[in-house]
Amino acid sequence: MSDTQTQLEIDREKGNFRYDVDYEFDAGTGLTEATIDYICDVKDEPDWIREFRKDALKKFLAKPMPTHWASHDLDNIVFDNIRYYLAQGRTPKRSWDEVPEDVKRTFERLGIPEQERKFLAGVEAQFDSEAAYSNIKEAVGKQGVIFVGSTDGLKDHPEIFRKWFGKVIPTGDNKFSALNSAVFSGGSFIYVPPGVKVSHPLQAYFRINAENFGQFERTLIIADEGAEVTYMEGCTAPKFDTATLHSAVVELVALKGAKIQYITVQNWSNNVFNLVTKRGLAMEDAEIKWIDCNIGSRLTMKYPGVVMKGARARGEVISIALAGDGQHQDTGAKMIHAADDTTSNIVSKSISVGTGRATYRGLVHVPKHLKGCKNNTECDALLINQSSRTDTYPAITVRGTGNACQHEASVSQVSAEQIFYMQQRGLTEGQAMSLSVNGFVNDLVRQFPMEYSVELKRLIDLEMEGSVG
Amino acid sequence: MKGDTVHNVMTSIPGVPLMEGSLVEGSWPEWFAASRRHGWEEFQSLPLPKIKDESWRFSNVKALDLEAFRYPGAVTDGGDLVARSTGLGEAAARFVFGNNRLLAATAPAENLVAAGLVVMSLEEAAVAHADVVQEHFMAQEAKLGSRKFAALHRSGPVAGVFVRVPDNLEVPLPIEIFHWVEGGNSAVFPHTLVVCGRHSKATVVDCFRSADGAPALACGVNDLVVGDGARLNYVAIQQWSLDATAFHLNSTTVGRDASCLGMQMNLGGHFVRGESYSRMVAEGARSDMLSVNIAAGEQMIDQRTFQDHAKPRATSDLLYQNALTGKGRTIFSGVIRVEPGAHQTDAYQKVRNIVLSDEAEANSMPGLEIEADDVRCTHGATTSQVDDSELFYLLARGIHPAEARQLLVMGFFNTVLDRLPDEQLRGHIEGLVESRLSAALRE
Repeated sequence: MSDTQTQLEIDREKGNFRYDVDYEFDAGTGLTEATIDYICDVKDEPDWIREFRKDALKKFLAKPMPTHWASHDLDNIVFDNIRYYLAQGRTPKRSWDEVPEDVKRTFERLGIPEQERKFLAGVEAQFDSEAAYSNIKEAVGKQGVIFVGSTDGLKDHPEIFRKWFGKVIPTGDNKFSALNSAVFSGGSFIYVPPGVKVSHPLQAYFRINAENFGQFERTLIIADEGAEVTYMEGCTAPKFDTATLHSAVVELVALKGAKIQYITVQNWSNNVFNLVTKRGLAMEDAEIKWIDCNIGSRLTMKYPGVVMKGARARGEVISIALAGDGQHQDTGAKMIHAADDTTSNIVSKSISVGTGRATYRGLVHVPKHLKGCKNNTECDALLINQSSRTDTYPAITVRGTGNACQHEASVSQVSAEQIFYMQQRGLTEGQAMSLSVNGFVNDLVRQFPMEYSVELKRLIDLEMEGSVG
Repeated sequence: MKGDTVHNVMTSIPGVPLMEGSLVEGSWPEWFAASRRHGWEEFQSLPLPKIKDESWRFSNVKALDLEAFRYPGAVTDGGDLVARSTGLGEAAARFVFGNNRLLAATAPAENLVAAGLVVMSLEEAAVAHADVVQEHFMAQEAKLGSRKFAALHRSGPVAGVFVRVPDNLEVPLPIEIFHWVEGGNSAVFPHTLVVCGRHSKATVVDCFRSADGAPALACGVNDLVVGDGARLNYVAIQQWSLDATAFHLNSTTVGRDASCLGMQMNLGGHFVRGESYSRMVAEGARSDMLSVNIAAGEQMIDQRTFQDHAKPRATSDLLYQNALTGKGRTIFSGVIRVEPGAHQTDAYQKVRNIVLSDEAEANSMPGLEIEADDVRCTHGATTSQVDDSELFYLLARGIHPAEARQLLVMGFFNTVLDRLPDEQLRGHIEGLVESRLSAALRE
């Protein structure tokens, strides 16, 4: 394929703007116990959260960078230059009228209000650390669904959320989950009562808007017995000159027979380190499905996992990664089988453009004395230019008999014959390439909700426009 | 075939503790002695691997304590070991080593020697063919995690064979090498260096055996250099005692339009660490990497591989198959690396595990690192058990369950064994796999 310069500007232009916002609370740069006290004081948090945060800080400081296996680009994060807490106000705004004008303008440029009216049941748009706008459609509220920010969740509904908070992903799971546990703010806490099927997807929209400001949202979704819920999370961030850190922790708990689907479209700007820990706990007959699409960021490290704790639980990860010039998408999946007859499925497709690097890292674990566990893993990588790179590093452990695991990965490029065929019929090389790449991810893109899949297709078109010719 | 030389020395085996320092014995030239001292310094300076090291993930680093092992004295009855060194019916040359000492050597036929074929002990070759040996002896750094143990090998009393096949010569029969270890905690350092000239053809078979069931250490290296257009088949049949700790580090370099088929068979050993590094250095090179492993009882077989595509249009094809029973554990960690510019690479990597007991554990880490876009690279890993319906079919025909299982596992292994080009060799290996499997399934 022709190796020409690649342009990855296009879609991120959408987030490439910024308004000055007067931050009412700013914890300053750097991270010490004082930062944590500041956050706790501002948020008026109970003592147990303060303890939880301080304990997490100790773990964060004690843990080394995971660079013995991960990218050494992590060493470029200067933790002292990062702002760990910013917020405009303490209480999330309840209605659109109360949302400040300039914040509204930001959201308008992102197209949120229209989308909300058309598609969304609830919006929990996180503007920097706090939920600046929060609206749950009446119907969902009537069903008994609790949809609040992390602070409110822990303060107002401790009986529901405290039980699971930090249980799926322990503070010390990794360096970045510890960091998040120390300074988390924002995010969504959702509880769906038994048997309730939330018909519309719940959505939150995250943005980073202050230079050098790390965003540490914390999400906990609990679907009680037989409940069903879909959650969507999309990210865009304005462009900045210096690196920004985003480090979220997302915990899902699907009790007996519950179903949770968590959809992410990540499109941070090219200077963001996106280091996220996501894990779900699936009890008997429960199902957790992660649909994950990574397009932006400088370095993303994200391996959504499912711990199948009850018999017949099911875990699934559908992942699309697009690594453009200078980007490293280090994504994958973790499947821990911890009960009989549990099944998991991982389908990952990545596209590397220009000097982009896409990495699949996976873990499948079937411990002994389990029967009837099945895993299927498929990873396909597409390389567009000569300087593109892709890696695959799965690790599969199976103990005992009665289980079946299979893993398959392939790396290929767009076939020259296909491109030639399409050019013969009057398409430009760029259009042909775009069509091929869309075809490559088509079966996964179709699993996204309609507006996301439309947006994804358009995004791929834009990415491909600059990659050839 | 000409005169056999048999060294038959009676000593008490124990010898000198490994950790007391490098042991230089025999008539080695100065460059070799220097390399050995350097090896010892490196061995001492490098840290022991830790479980957190990515290249030792899932492994048992506790097995790496080598404190107990010794440079052994000579074997008690060399003649007996030579007599027990039966493998292939016919061989182009046959060498037998015991406890790092040459016990017997059958040199190749006159016409092959006249044509330029060299098969001699490494010790002899270090003088007689100093330039070639020095150029290729451990020329590739051990990159897959065992640098420390490669250094230990370099420092030790290496024993083994140097094979040089001249340009255009086809060696009709396999060259067969036996390495025996005898006595508790004896350490052996087998080394095989094969240099194939342009358009030559050869088959080399290494057989690693224990004279007794005692714990032992084997720290072996083989360097295979396959010249342009040449074809080399190399088979290592590892049958150390079930109490042995073994390191087998391989490095293969394949030239233009050349082809190397390397097969590792692990039938013995308590802890076995195998590293195979194959580098395609010119266009049209092809490397077939095969392995058959049986992990039973408390055995652990830890294998790391690397398919390094440095140049375009090369092919590599890896197939590793493991049968696990008892508390057996296997680790496969492989990487296909395509360097920038190595276009039209065709690389394949597959590991298949068949788990026959509830306590066995198979770890698979197939990997790809691709830096060129016009390539076809795929890998696969599967883990499953004997298919119930297949088993039922055999039982329904009156076949005993144990025998039926064995038949099915042999069928599983045949996918690999079928790729051996030599009928005689294939038959021999099949017999060894079958008898080990039969014992393992009844353990």
